[in-house]
Amino acid sequence: MIVPMSHILAFSAVMFFMGLACTLAQRNLIMILIGVEIMLNAVGLTLVGASALWQQVDGQIFVIFLMAMTSAEVSISLAMVVYLRRRKGTLDADAFDEMRG
Amino acid sequence: MATIIFYILGFTALIATGLCITRRNPVHAVVYLVNALFALALIFYLLGAPLVAAWEVIIYAGAVMVLFLFIIMMLELAPNPVDEAAGPGWMRWGPVLLLGLVLVACTVLLILVDGQSGEGVPTYYASPQDFGYALFSRYALAVQVVSFQLFFAAVGAFYVGKPPKRRRKEQA
Repeated sequence: MIVPMSHILAFSAVMFFMGLACTLAQRNLIMILIGVEIMLNAVGLTLVGASALWQQVDGQIFVIFLMAMTSAEVSISLAMVVYLRRRKGTLDADAFDEMRG
Repeated sequence: MATIIFYILGFTALIATGLCITRRNPVHAVVYLVNALFALALIFYLLGAPLVAAWEVIIYAGAVMVLFLFIIMMLELAPNPVDEAAGPGWMRWGPVLLLGLVLVACTVLLILVDGQSGEGVPTYYASPQDFGYALFSRYALAVQVVSFQLFFAAVGAFYVGKPPKRRRKEQA
């Protein structure tokens, strides 16, 4: 390990909460998806750090699965964004509140 | 040396992420996120995961972010030009230039360090060969499941993105 694991964890935690803040604070659907991306990347950094800590390759393999999952999630959610935009003509998350959430 | 580069890259990634999440213009946010992802890819390389670093650049910075840009362009999310004109030019270009320069400098430094001494080599290093062997032997079933998942995602995206005219005709 070139740096202590706690620093990697702190870094990825800060990045994760930045993504969470973006998801919660922004009202644009695209910006919300970008926040999700940031969170997933922070998790990937934790996995790679754990892989280096325990000297095993499994963490890195899970990052690959994480990337595949992200690709699937992004393709579906961007299709949903296009669909919602077509339906309401806006990307404001507050416009889609029929379910009174 | 690798430790110093790690901290520089970490702060670069955090600053780029911070700039990304505060933008109102999605295009700017995506470009800052690409910056952060490059820094993250270099960190992965430093932690002994060269293959993951390459895929981080190819899949995230390459494919996913370009998909975001495509969708933004397709939806014509042009921001108000009045908002964007605010502030002098260096305020818009300064952060990008600074982040880009730090990333390029770190990459060059990494190449120099790796070529000359073993100082920057981490204690754990998964070569692409080890990686592929573990992926396709121990995790072969998971690879199948993930391929199914990607296929379902493609089908789902196609269904959701179908033009509305055709759907109405089918219902009638």
